[in-house]
Parts: sequence; structure tokens; C-alpha cells
Amino acid sequence: MIRFIAKRLGSGLVVLFVVSALTFCLLYVSSGSIARNILGDQATVEQVAMKEHELGLDQPLMTRYFSWLGDALTGNLGASWFSSEPVANSLATRIPVAMTMVFTAMILIAICAALIGVAAAVKRGWVDRVVQVGAIIGDSIPGFVIGVILVTILAIQMGLFPATSTISPDSGAEAWVYSMSLPVIALLINGVTGGAQQIRSAVIKQLERDYVRTLRSRGIGEREILFKHVLRSAAPAGLTVLSLQLIGMLGGVVIIEQIFALPGMGPLAVAATGQSDLPVVMGVVMYTVVVVIVVNLLVDILNGWLNPKVRVS
Amino acid sequence: MSDSVETAAAAAPAPAAPTPSNHAGQSGTVVRSTVIRRLFKNPLGIAATVILLAISFLAILAPVLAPFDQNHANIAKTLAAPDSVNILGTDSSGRDVWSRLLFGAQLTLLSALLCAGVAIVIGLPAGLIAGYYSGKFEAVSNWVVSILMSLPGLIVLLTIRAAFGPSVWMSMIAFGVLISPSYFRLTRTAVQSVRNELYVDAARVSGLSDLSIIARHIFSVVRAPIIIQTAAIAGVAIAIQSGLEFLGLGDPTKATWGVMLSEGFKNVYLNPTLLFWPAVAMALTIGGLVLLGNAIRDALEDGEKIRHRKKQATPVMGTTAAPATARQSRKSVAAVDAGTEHHLVKVTNLGVGYPQADGTVKKVVDDVSFHVDRGEILGIVGESGSGKSQTAFSILGLLPDNARLVAGSIQFDGNYTVAPGEERVDQARLSKLRGRRISYIPQEPMSNLDPAFTIGYQLVTPMVRVLGISKAEATARALKLLTDVGIVNPHRTFGAYPHEVSGGMAQRVLIAGAISCEPDLVIADEPTTALDVTVQADVLDLLRELQQRLNIGVILVTHNFGVVADLCDRVAVMQNGRLVEEGSVRDILRNPKEHYTRTLLASMLEGKTPMSMLVSSQKEPVA
Amino acid sequence: MSTTESAPLLTVDNLVVEYPSKKFRAKPFRALTDISISIGQGETLGLVGESGSGKTTLGRAVLGLAPVTGGKIIFEGKDISHATRKQRRTLSRDLQVVFQDPYTSLNPALEIGAILAEPLGVQGMESVAARKRVKELLDQVGLPSDAIHRLPREFSGGQRQRVAIARALALSPKLIVCDEPVSALDLSTQARVLDLFLQIQKDTGVSYLFVSHDLDVVRHISHRVAVMYHGEIVEQGPAGVVTTDPDHPYTQRLLLASPVPDPDRQEQRRADRHRLLENQQHQIEQAGAVA
Repeated sequence: MIRFIAKRLGSGLVVLFVVSALTFCLLYVSSGSIARNILGDQATVEQVAMKEHELGLDQPLMTRYFSWLGDALTGNLGASWFSSEPVANSLATRIPVAMTMVFTAMILIAICAALIGVAAAVKRGWVDRVVQVGAIIGDSIPGFVIGVILVTILAIQMGLFPATSTISPDSGAEAWVYSMSLPVIALLINGVTGGAQQIRSAVIKQLERDYVRTLRSRGIGEREILFKHVLRSAAPAGLTVLSLQLIGMLGGVVIIEQIFALPGMGPLAVAATGQSDLPVVMGVVMYTVVVVIVVNLLVDILNGWLNPKVRVS
Repeated sequence: MSDSVETAAAAAPAPAAPTPSNHAGQSGTVVRSTVIRRLFKNPLGIAATVILLAISFLAILAPVLAPFDQNHANIAKTLAAPDSVNILGTDSSGRDVWSRLLFGAQLTLLSALLCAGVAIVIGLPAGLIAGYYSGKFEAVSNWVVSILMSLPGLIVLLTIRAAFGPSVWMSMIAFGVLISPSYFRLTRTAVQSVRNELYVDAARVSGLSDLSIIARHIFSVVRAPIIIQTAAIAGVAIAIQSGLEFLGLGDPTKATWGVMLSEGFKNVYLNPTLLFWPAVAMALTIGGLVLLGNAIRDALEDGEKIRHRKKQATPVMGTTAAPATARQSRKSVAAVDAGTEHHLVKVTNLGVGYPQADGTVKKVVDDVSFHVDRGEILGIVGESGSGKSQTAFSILGLLPDNARLVAGSIQFDGNYTVAPGEERVDQARLSKLRGRRISYIPQEPMSNLDPAFTIGYQLVTPMVRVLGISKAEATARALKLLTDVGIVNPHRTFGAYPHEVSGGMAQRVLIAGAISCEPDLVIADEPTTALDVTVQADVLDLLRELQQRLNIGVILVTHNFGVVADLCDRVAVMQNGRLVEEGSVRDILRNPKEHYTRTLLASMLEGKTPMSMLVSSQKEPVA
Repeated sequence: MSTTESAPLLTVDNLVVEYPSKKFRAKPFRALTDISISIGQGETLGLVGESGSGKTTLGRAVLGLAPVTGGKIIFEGKDISHATRKQRRTLSRDLQVVFQDPYTSLNPALEIGAILAEPLGVQGMESVAARKRVKELLDQVGLPSDAIHRLPREFSGGQRQRVAIARALALSPKLIVCDEPVSALDLSTQARVLDLFLQIQKDTGVSYLFVSHDLDVVRHISHRVAVMYHGEIVEQGPAGVVTTDPDHPYTQRLLLASPVPDPDRQEQRRADRHRLLENQQHQIEQAGAVA
């Protein structure tokens, strides 16, 4: 098991390296007019050249990448070209907001999708039909549109929630939870509808397996069969679904934060992208990839624990 | 925003399972167009097609239909309500909402097509090659795919935007590349499942080139899933592209639904209807794509789904009266007929049927009666589709959910488990018997053990639950049982997972499980069919020895008269759901009365002159 | 119909088949060891053995579907152990196959007519002629001619196996490798399909390499029988001898393990089997004691 984890961790590091190199090259290969953008139209050619030198843009690409990598390994991700704030610092203040939302939403999705999906698979009938229709509706309306609709109806028209959620955690837990609930709901609706649908089919597939009939013939109760055997076998499929949803949500949260004016990754990423503030963009990409790698590692470990075949080999 | 599309449509149409033979015999015309025909029988399929066609039509004709240019701004008339000139009103810059909606449709559909096209061009050939040849190419592409799949789409698009500026086309090409793994995986999986099919081997033997094999046998398998996948991916592409535009990172000179939504959101306090139109357009388009994908999948999945879909009250075909009227109250189960209490199990006029989509009931067991006494082995013999397994499962109460008991009764040890007139097995009544007094030996040893639990666990738990003994005691008994069924190293087998033992050993484990709670009746469904002949002989010896020692009644379902001769006291022969003949094993095997039994026995090879014609020498009826 | 004295149609000489192991640098898996068989014109060689004995692999090696690591396969005097796809195309006129599973050996998406025309098309036959041949074939295997426009799923297992046989017959081959062709069929269907195999041999003089796990089937259809065990041939000879009075301990066990359809004779056979197992156990122990 330890070797298995070490191997996964190793391959995760390789992915991190490859993605960082590719992103770096992609970003900087077309970075010709950056210095001019930063300085504005009035700047002289000399000023631009000086700025380029200052930013290191006159160096060969590989040299720049490896100096970035060296810095990154010590925790220094460079500084924003526009605000000069160190990238690591701005990430550190924003990651907690984004991560709180993503993980709260994920936990709620996991619980709701599992409950609804299992209920639909076992009860069939109207529960099943509601889940199917819900999945189609959820697939049809993009998450950010749901967010916009929620704000418009619940916050602006009905005034049940604050339309923007800029309240900081210091102003009391209750107010904070209250202000965060709408963005989290916006974030999780698609996840719940889609996840429930897929967990439903995974459970149905397991319920039709031969061994379920044999367990019944042995006098094992329905509840034990469902919760001990079927769910365990359906879990890897469910985990894969959830991990893919989490990856998607790292992007979705950017838009949701923008809608609710939350001080998370959204505004930072959008502003940096619009201005081509490359060190910040690079930092955002690195943070996302690290989250993804950690999540995938956790999923692999859980799957290994659930499936004896993986564990043995 | 979810990136999980490829899980949605991964199912390739599997080759038809060996179902009972009455799928045959539809009249001889072609079935190829049925998928399309079935698609248009589905109201949702029609609706989706109409919506998508209408939107495409509007998008193509946008330059003709739109009254204004997408960027034509009338500053004097901002945020106007609908009137005869601006039929949907104007936005905060005084631009016509209807015109922008039309041009937005054009851009949206084109970008979705571009994205799907790029993804197909990359994913499909790569998937075909990786699936057909596997090897190094597959290993490398799997690795690339795993990286691409772990990148959140929107973040990548932000990066692309930062590097290349605001171009819809650039971002959709990038997203196409990013999402191409979904086609790659779909194609690879489908190809891998087909590559080892025997019909591909047959084509190889015929000398067909790899290219012809891929074109002829393999591409046809991935075609339909690719269409379904494309519908899903186009939807995701529209969503993510609109998201990007919503964030204000798109091309400001182009009208898109995302920009319009963002514009509406900025003016939400002034004119919320600005939000309404782009949201509706998006939901209709993506919804149409999702529904179309679902409808195609349903059309492909054939009649199989119909069985689950409706549980309407069904008029019963044939002579049987509708059972609902005769249903008795659950509490008081009628007493069995006097003089029959001593039978261990007695099945009387049993009928089992499956409601069909057209409201009829297809009977698979019809008017079957027999009994089994303590210490007796009854063989139920028949060919596939004879209803022998369905009869056995009725006694166990383990018929599929959609099965109905359309007639008859079943009694066990002097009490009804299914009283006359009951349509379904009363699970409360049977669950007290299952495992404890009636147990089951399945046919396929491997698939009947849960792969996630050790053999020991799967033996111990039923004993703890059913007999109420402690875990330690159950463990001791399980080890003894494993020894009893002839397993040499019971401790090792006890701790092993099912995939670590051979098929013959797994079948011994299942037999041990069946007798673990000392049942009175064991129902064995083809218990040796999946085993090698030499292993079969050992398992038959084991069954005989256990049956005699424990004096249990056994119902042995089999197609093999040799197995019948080896074990059974009495035999019942079934054909097409009916019981043809019943009697002692010697009578049936030596002097069969019914024609069908005689035909079956004549088909046995044992004792026949080698190379002689078995059935007849003239042009015989087709098998 | 017995073995002709001229050179055999197919000779397999010290054949070895090894599959490379999935694990890195592990030893390859040896599926067949030193197999030598031969089949004459119009002759049937039955190949019997349990699952995993390598009998199917031998058939596949002859067809070019399994990797030949050592030895030779000679068909009509030519070494075909490493035939290219092009050579296979020529070879397919004389060497054909019927597989076990009638459900997966026919492409579910193709009409019967298209399935039967495939081998004809590969040989460059024109479509009109191919159509005529397909009708002949359907007639030969006892299927109605309107089957041309139907899909495999409209047919029962036995009918599908007839289609597979018709496909094998399309080019009038000299040898058909039959890989468990009746194992998936019901008893009465099995009898009819065996009749068909015998009838076709009588009519066309084709040879069969007939693979089966069922000693009764092999006894019924074969002139000679080879018994496989753990990738080797442990015994071969005339069908009557090998399947009724075998020499090798494994064949003896196999023979007595197959139950007969009469309770009293089966009881006898059971007793014989137990005696045999005891004797063999005894011999093993003695051999162990000597060594």
C-alpha cells in the first residue's frame, strides 16, 4: 500500500512538472507586447526595453522557466506585474475562500447525490423519474446561469439572501454562513443532479449482479446487502464521478465568485487573465493542478482500500 | 460546468445477450432503420430535434432575419421594453436584443461544432489506434489523457486567453483538445471490447486487412456512441464558452449569449428580462442536445428499458384470470390442502410471466406442478428457455422485480409461501426461510461471490445473521464446512478473496455456503455446468455425499441427463415453460412417454454409433 | 473417408506457443509445448481437453491468431507458421474456422447476407456471383433464403451456428478449424449441428480440426483423437481406441468423469472412477516412494 501511494505521488509530481513547463511555455511564447501593455502607449521604446529586461523577458524561454521553477520550489511564485504583490501572498489570502466553498459544496454533493441516487436505484418509481428529469435539467443549465438565476430570484427579487457575499469570517459565523449559502447552493446544484444520476446507474448495475441474488438466498437482509455490499462495489464509480466534478468545480467556482463578488480566486484569475498578468496566471494554474493531484491521489487510495484486487497487485 | 461528460455516454451497445429465442421470427425485413424510427417515436426525441433544427435555422439565417446589426447601438433608446421595432427590447447600450440573440446563436453553434470537431479529429483516430494495436501508443496516450483530464477546463481557457487574447475560435480549439480524451476513451474502450470478438477473428482468418476490419467491424460499433457523446460535448462547450464570455473575457465586438447574460446581470435591478432571453436560449440549446443524446441512447438500448419503464396494471394474456381480484389479505394466509402438508415443497399450477410494453404478459412458466419430499432429489431438466430456472427462482422468491406470478401456489413444509392468487412473492414470509431452510447453489461460481469480501466473511456472516451464533463459533463452523467440501487448506481459502481461488474451488465454497445453516431444501441451478468434466464429477460426488448425510431435499436444475442419472431420484422434464413429463429417474430415462423427452434422449451421444446421423438424415427442420 | 495415404493436408511439428507476459521482464507464458499432429484429406481430428489445456490455442495457432514461437505448421506442403496477412488471404480459401460462441462470432450490426459475402468479397468475387453463392450456402446449411436480409439477433443459437458454418464453407475450404462449435448449444440443437457437420464432410470431403471439451462429441465426430493436458498432447490415436480404452491416466479420468444417462450404469461408472482415482493415487505414491 505504501509503495502504491509512493508511486502515485511520484507520477503526480511528474504531472505537476510537465503541466508547469507546458503552461509556462504557452504563456510566455506570445508575450511580445507585455511590457508595452504594462507601461501604456506613452512609454518610449527605451522604457519598454528596460521594462522587458526588468521582467526578464529578454532571456531565453528555458532560462526563464528554470529560474521560475527554482523560485517556485522555494515557495516564491514571483510578483504581479501590475500590483507588484507577491503571487504567493495573493494566493494565500484567496485560496481559503475558494477551497471552503469547493469543499463545502463537494461534501454536500457527495451526501445528497449518494442519498438521492441510491433512493432512485432502490425505490424506482417516481423518485427515479424525478432524478432522471432533474439530471436532464441540471445538464441543460450551466452552473453560472443557475447562480445568476438564484441571485435574481432569491436575493434581488425576494431578498432572502444577500446578493453579494463580501462578509468576512470575522463578522460572526452565522452571518458568514448566511452569506456563503447562496454561492454554495449555486455551485452544488449541477453536481447533485448529475452525481445522483450516475450513482443511481452504478447502484443499479451492482444490484443486478449475480452475487446479490446469492446473498439474498443466504438470508442476508436487504439493508445489509445494500449498504455493505452494493454500495461498496458502486463506490469506485461514484468516487470517479465526484472527483471529475471537483475538477470541473475548480473552474466553476471562479465564475460563481465573480457573480457573488467573493474575494476568492475568481476576481484574481479574471483580472490577471484580462491584463495578461502572467506570474499571477501561472500561480493560479499551479494551485489548481496541485489541488487536482491531491484529490486524485486521495481517490486512488480510497479505491485501493475498497477494491482488494487493486490492493493485492 | 462539470467535465464529467465521458462517463455519461460511455456505454457502447453490447452484442445481444443470449435471450430466450423469441426475438427471432420477426418477419424478414431489415432492422437497420429502426433506431431512427424509434428515435422519432419518442416525443422527447422529436422535441429535441425540432428545437435544435429551429435554433440552427435561426442561426444560419441570422444575417437575413436580424433587423439590426449585432453592434448597432441606438443610444437614445437604452433598456427599452419590447415594441414593434425592437421585439425583445434593447440593452443598456441601446442594442436590439433579438438581433444579438440571433447572432449569438450563430456564434454559439459554430463554436460548439468547432470544439466537437477538434475533439473528434484528435480523439477518434487516437482511440482507434490505441484500442486496436494497444502497446506503446496506448500507454503514452493514456498518460497524456490522464493529464488532460485532470485540468479544469475553465482554468485552461483562462490561460489560453491570457496567452492568445480574446478569440472565441482559439478558446474552442483549446477546449476541443482538452476534451478530446472523452472521445479517445469512448473509442478505445469500444474498440478493445470488439477487438477480441470472434467475428473480428473470423475476418482476420478471411484475410481482411486491418484497415478494412476497422472500417467494417469496428467503426460501426463506435458510431452511435460518438453521436451521443457529441451531443453532450457540444452542450458542455456552449456552457463553458458562455461562461468565459460572461466573465468578460471574450471578444467585445461579438454578440454572444454569455455577454448578453453578463450585460443583463449588470442591469438586473433595472431590467431583469435582459437576463431571461439569453438564459432561455442557452437552456433550450443545451437541453435540446442533452435530450437528443438521451433519446438516441434509449433508441439504441432497445426494448430492454421498456420493461422497467412502466409498471402499469396489465391485462393478463391467455386463460388466466387477473390475479388482482383474487388477492388475499397478507395477514391470514390460507391453510394448504389437507393431505399435502408432508411434502417439503409443493408447486401447484405455477405460472410466471413478464409484463410487456404492449400490455400483454409473456409467460415463461405455465401450469407447472410438482413436489419434493425430504431427502429426495428432483431433477428439473430442459433446454434453454424452458423455464426451469424461473421455476426454481419462484420457490426461492428471487425472481426479477418485474416478474409476476400469474397463477398457482407454492407451499413449503405445510405452509404457503405463495398462496393461490398472490401476484408477487411475499418477501417477509420468504426471507424467514431463505438461508435458514431453503438455500441456493448458483451456476457460475465466480460471479456469485462478492469480489470485495473474503471467502471467510461471506461464509461467516450468513451464519451469524441466520443462526444467531457468535462470530468465533461461525468461524469454526466455516472452517469445518470448507474441510467438508473437500478443500485441502481451509485456513488459506477462508482468508482468500474470490479472485484468488479457482472456479472449482469457488463452487465448493458456494456449496459450503448453501449447507452452512443446515437447510431442508437446496435449490441447485446448473451447479456443475460451468466446471470442467473432471471437476464436475468431484462436485457431483460432494453433492451426493452431503445430501445423504444431511438428508436434505434437493431441486437440481440441469440440462444434462448424465447429471440427472448420477444424482436424481425423480425427474421433471420442461419445455417452453410447461412441464412435459414427470416420473422416477429410471422410468423417464429408460421409457420416456412423451415425444419431446424421447427427442432429447435421442440427442445424447453416449452409446451412439460414431459418425451416424443423430436426428434424421433427410433435410431436417432448422435448429 | 478414412485417412488417405498421400501427404497429410496439415502437419503441425513440435509447435510451441508463448504469450509475452503482461508484467515487465517476467517469463512469457507457455501455452503449447511441442505439439505434433497431422490431419489427412477428408479426415477429422478431434482435440479434447479441459479449460486451459491449450486446445483452443492450437486451433488459433493454425489460423494465425496465436503467436508461433517454435516449430512448424505445414499446410499442403507450405510452411504457414508465420504467414503474412496477404498470404493468409490466399490461404483463407482453403483454411476456415467455426467458433464456439454463435453470439459473438457474427457481427450483430451486419445482415446475414453481408456476413456470408465477406470472405467472398476478400477474394474479389463480384457481388452478383457472391449473392448466388450466399443463397447456395444458406441452402446447404438448411436456412431459408430470406435469411439474407436479417440480422444475427433474429436467429437462435443453433441457427447462428449454421450461419457461421455457412461462412466457413463459403470458399469451399479443405480444412475447417472448429473451436467448440457445439458447446454453447442445447442438446437437441447440438445433435442437429453435428449431423450437419457430418453431412458436409460426406458431401465435400472437407477435413476438420474439431476442438471440444466433451469426449462424447469428439468420439462421435472424429476419425482420430488427440488429448491435451496442460499445453501438451498426452495421447493420440484412432477415435475408437482413445475414447473408449485410453492409455494415459488423464484420459482415463476424463472418460470416467463424464456421466452416462442411466442411473445404474452411471453408478457403475462412478465406482469405476473411484477405483481408478485410488489406483492412480496409489501409483503416484509408489513412484514418490521409489524416487
